[in-house]
Amino acid sequence: MNYSLRVNGQAHAVDVDRDTPLLWVLRDVIDLKGTKFGCGAGLCGACTVHLDGAPVRSCVTAISDVGNAAVTTIEGIGNTPIGARVQKAWLEVDVVQCGYCQPGQIMSAVALLAQTKTPTDQDIDSAMNGNICRCATYPRIREAIKRAAKADLGPAATKKGA
Amino acid sequence: MVHRRLSSNRSTSTKAFTAGRTSRRDFLKVSAAAGGGFLLSFALPDFSAAAGAGGKTASLNAYVRIAPDNVVTIMSKNPEIGQGIKTMLPMLIAEELDVDWSQVRIEQTLADATIYGRQVAGGSMATPLEWTPMRQVGAAARQMLVAAAARRWKVAISECDTSSGEVQHKASGRTLSYGALAAAAVNLPVPNLSSIKLKDPKDYKIIGHSIPGVDSPKLVKGEPLFGIDTVVPDMLYAVFQKCPVFGGKVVEGNVDAVGKMPGVRRAFVVQGGMDLAGLMPGVAIVADSWWQAEKARQKLQVKWDEGATREQSSDGFARQAAKFSGNVPAVSLRNDGDASVVLKSAARVVEAAYHYPFIAHAALEPMNCTARVQGSRVEIWAPTQNPEPGRQLVAKTLGLDQKNVTIHMTRVGGGFGRRLMNDYMVEAAWIAKVAGAPVKLLWNRVDDMQHDFYRPAGWHFLKGGLDQDGRLIAWQQHFVSFGSDGAFARSANLDADTYPAGRVPNLSYGYSLIPFGIPTGPLRAPGDNALAFVFQSFIDEMAHAAGKDPLQFQIDLLGKDELLPGKGDGFNTGRARGVLQKVSEVSGWGSGSLPPRTGRGVAVYYSHLGYFAEVVEAAVANDGQVKINKVWAVGDIGSQVINPTAAENMTQGAILDGFGEALNQKITIENGRVVQANFDSFSPLLLTQAPPVEVHFLRTDNSPTGLGEPPLPPAIPALCNAIFAATGKRIRTLPIDQALLKV
Repeated sequence: MNYSLRVNGQAHAVDVDRDTPLLWVLRDVIDLKGTKFGCGAGLCGACTVHLDGAPVRSCVTAISDVGNAAVTTIEGIGNTPIGARVQKAWLEVDVVQCGYCQPGQIMSAVALLAQTKTPTDQDIDSAMNGNICRCATYPRIREAIKRAAKADLGPAATKKGA
Repeated sequence: MVHRRLSSNRSTSTKAFTAGRTSRRDFLKVSAAAGGGFLLSFALPDFSAAAGAGGKTASLNAYVRIAPDNVVTIMSKNPEIGQGIKTMLPMLIAEELDVDWSQVRIEQTLADATIYGRQVAGGSMATPLEWTPMRQVGAAARQMLVAAAARRWKVAISECDTSSGEVQHKASGRTLSYGALAAAAVNLPVPNLSSIKLKDPKDYKIIGHSIPGVDSPKLVKGEPLFGIDTVVPDMLYAVFQKCPVFGGKVVEGNVDAVGKMPGVRRAFVVQGGMDLAGLMPGVAIVADSWWQAEKARQKLQVKWDEGATREQSSDGFARQAAKFSGNVPAVSLRNDGDASVVLKSAARVVEAAYHYPFIAHAALEPMNCTARVQGSRVEIWAPTQNPEPGRQLVAKTLGLDQKNVTIHMTRVGGGFGRRLMNDYMVEAAWIAKVAGAPVKLLWNRVDDMQHDFYRPAGWHFLKGGLDQDGRLIAWQQHFVSFGSDGAFARSANLDADTYPAGRVPNLSYGYSLIPFGIPTGPLRAPGDNALAFVFQSFIDEMAHAAGKDPLQFQIDLLGKDELLPGKGDGFNTGRARGVLQKVSEVSGWGSGSLPPRTGRGVAVYYSHLGYFAEVVEAAVANDGQVKINKVWAVGDIGSQVINPTAAENMTQGAILDGFGEALNQKITIENGRVVQANFDSFSPLLLTQAPPVEVHFLRTDNSPTGLGEPPLPPAIPALCNAIFAATGKRIRTLPIDQALLKV
């Protein structure tokens, strides 16, 4: 089946079976490898992308269900002001360990901040609990979201752990 | 000094060294010197190609390359699994080379033990093993650059100094950048080890300063760095279905029908062998896309010969363990004094049975590997923690020479010990060979969870005895584990020196083994991730039975400062006491009152050369739900924390990983296969379960050691001990059954 998709502002025509998950279209057809495969069942959040700004698990979203929605992936999220701010905060807080889950974490965090300008810990809990970080960088994920939420970010500073 | 050989001088292997970038074929040679220590030299087999003049980049050794514009490229040799090694090893070189971090670019090397020696992400060993050699690499290169400048200026080397990637001659005010000197420096003699001077730690500008992960700017933008992101021209995609029962064989399968599914190029039976860590029997499906291969698998029907393991189950193992518990251990591991006699006359005796389950690694990047086979040569792109055994396995299984196997080490989306095994690597190589095309093999989550090398389950039957004064005078432990013929299965062992051995006058350890067919292997802090729970919980039980403060009881039990026999360098009771005292101080142990059903627990452990003491505060709701409020952790990993930001991150992650094991994780075996299939039934810790973790390091006069594993083991007993303090209920079985904590 032929589908036309708009990903990060660019049009793509793809020819895949209708039940092909958006994840595999992004990764293996359009060659955007940032969106990650973790569970294939919507349980870990590594594959999170935005459809018209709303976070979805692309591993359980069939290409035939995407319709005309604008798809935004980790490769494109930095073009939005919130996306750029979240990526910057992630680096300033030095969140990453292995990094595999972080594209999904960032996509969920951006969706949260787009809805809730200054999220509480409870807001972060409900928006982010579906994103597994196997390295458990959760304290820094929480800190980076709060940092991105602050309007004036102050000078770049990395953590001094000891 | 460690006495070992890191690399050999074999020019045939230099092709692996950044082919195409430069024709330089020199590399560092570090080998054992007579009487111990290292002999450092630089082999320069090809001077003609080494000219480096005329704008070429010059390689000073296998790790350092300097361009005329003074950009310094440092090679990082070990697999990056999230432990931060790709940042940390180059920090050591850059410090002694005396360059600014902003000048530095980092490249991952190929896997090649003949050049780089040990290239393993495991055992928290990179820091202790590389701390000195990597600094020597940088310092040696620096000394060559200084010598080149002195020669050009016709001044004494002693008059020259360095900083920020340039050599200065103070007397004349002249300076030259490393970039301007590198081409000349490569032709100078390599300093021998005894002449290499290392910096005084007070002069460090990079070591001890927080350097963010070097790949992070790419990672937050989703750039392709992981094994799963590999693309090779004309690559096909594969899935591999193995028998759900460990060790099962293929009798027959509908490979012809599956081979005709949309997009499928080939479906075929792999006969495989008997080694659970090698190429096992199964059915490979190779297709134009991974999704097509995966979809075709849903139509696959295989008749399996499930073999003997199908009779095995977690319940059956538990019944055997219960039966063993009534017997004396089949094998005696240690006998000090006479525990059984003393237990009869002890003032107070505590008896307890502890159990922990099998658990999986569940790295978030599922097992995968890309392979290209051309004639007798194989090229591999693998997220692996341990490439050399993979090379041997591929060469042996495919009948090739090891030197014809090239391994690119990709970034690894989580290791935790799973990727010390290279089963997925040999599968990819075999499938690529049969398919006659480059293949990316990718497991799905079910494959990953059901074909792991599990942390082995275990049962411990304990008796402890106190004297009138509440001192621990007897300890008897029967460990029921897995293995056969008296030999423990992989990662299912108990060491005779395990603390509190040496501190309890009447102590016996013994074990009995259950034979089984389940693959087991190292999981982050292997052995210790389970044993710390048992030992540190039972010591806490004894403290409470003695009516003593658990932290003080631990300090008293450690006794005087001395080195007891143990793993690694031995167990230093003084270092254990040091972290306990510090954690008491930073957590405000024993001060102030806590709300109802809230308690604090403490544990201390020596693991992989590091000492950690941790205090956990947990609140248990009336419905039994455990909420961890906060953790205080104090580590002693020696005189220097190399990268503080990474050290804090890793310590927090390891402790939270331990909580994931304690709260969430259990793998169940039924009919010889794993029941759990995805994160809904087996989950790492979730964000809402993660408390703040306050991390402190105690600097001691010991050589720096690693951090991947040591913070994990005490986290689990500290949590269980906190739950006891909160509820009076002792956790003796993992994972913690929160329903049992309800009131």
